[in-house]
Amino acid sequence: MTSPTINRTDLINLVITSLRDVLEQSGRPLPATIEENTLLFGKGALLDSLALVTIVVDLEQRLEEEHGLTLTLADDRAMSQRNSPFRSVGALVDYLEQLIHEEQSRD
Amino acid sequence: MTEQEVVLITGTSRGIGRFLVEHFLQRGALVEGCARSPVDWELPGYTHHQVDISNEGQVKAMLSAIQRRHGRLDIAINNAGIAAMNHALLTPGETASRILNINVLGSFLVCREAAKLMRRRNYGRIVNFSTIAVPLRLEGEALYAAAKSAVEMLTRILAREFAPFGITVNAIGPTPIETDLIRSVPREKLQHIIDTLAIRRFGTFADIAHVIDFFVHPASNYITGQVIYLGGGG
Ligand SMILES: NC(=O)c1ccc[n+]([C@@H]2O[C@H](COP(=O)([O-])OP(=O)(O)OC[C@H]3O[C@@H](n4cnc5c(N)ncnc54)[C@H](OP(=O)(O)O)[C@@H]3O)[C@@H](O)[C@H]2O)c1
Repeated sequence: MTSPTINRTDLINLVITSLRDVLEQSGRPLPATIEENTLLFGKGALLDSLALVTIVVDLEQRLEEEHGLTLTLADDRAMSQRNSPFRSVGALVDYLEQLIHEEQSRD
Repeated sequence: MTEQEVVLITGTSRGIGRFLVEHFLQRGALVEGCARSPVDWELPGYTHHQVDISNEGQVKAMLSAIQRRHGRLDIAINNAGIAAMNHALLTPGETASRILNINVLGSFLVCREAAKLMRRRNYGRIVNFSTIAVPLRLEGEALYAAAKSAVEMLTRILAREFAPFGITVNAIGPTPIETDLIRSVPREKLQHIIDTLAIRRFGTFADIAHVIDFFVHPASNYITGQVIYLGGGG
């Protein structure tokens, strides 16, 4: 499948929208601002493990529906990376860029 | 989004699955079904997918199609399954892995993809298929019963993992029911199984539908991780 281009700003917005939705649904407080260095998962971060699972699935669905990209975010590699791609908004966006790049060079 | 209830049933080309299609259509639901083979019949409200449930890509594509068409999934019935009845010493590795792949991996993939869709409305009912061969520890059914035991454990653990999303996961364990699945089992063997049940008769499609109706009822939102065996054989 040829994927339409999706730039970093789009990806940041996608992650932030998804994050807002998941936090709202789970009744957790929304931070005043969400930016690249906002911590997602780990000590003192926004998400608990269930919310993390939800955001991973939510992002996969948004990428497929809004951008025609079928990606698997939570593979064994991601879950065992020492610098978890789920630690912050920026890290997650970096990871998405990497996956999209890998997917497109496979086509 | 579709107004009607949307139900996914696997293994609809014949047997119990075929019956359940009509059962749910009669309730006024829209039914999406699958089997590896196409079907030579059509029913209003039914959509067939030619899908092997042990193939991850095919299962994902089917659930994406349901999402695109209806935007919802209320119920998933994991009916597709295969059996092979033979002494363990006569069971080839190839057969063993097919039994595990279709019954266990297949049920898992459908549960996972169905739950992704169901969680969007924070509502869902999943029913898996076990068998009376599990509690009866039937000889000649080692791999089949082992696979269905795995399905029971999936049911129990997914019940916990999916509960926060409003999804219940339960299983039914049928007794022998006259379908293709047990056609090659000798009559005396079937009679022997039936003699060990509390209620000594073959199961019927209606018996299955009744248990499923209970599990998928909206009021059954506090019933999850359970396995109900027919005939009092558990
Ligand atoms: N009948 C019994 O006595 C009995 C007792 C206890 C439990 N059960 C359970 O009840 C369920 C239904 O059994 P049944 O008696 O109705 O069996 P059946 O008559 O053999 O029908 C099985 C159905 O599953 C489909 N199927 C098999 N493998 C599949 C795959 N990989 N992907 C998609 N579809 C697949 C078949 O279609 P294709 O071949 O075209 O794929 C068929 O439509 C099974 O889970 C079985 O273990 C049955």
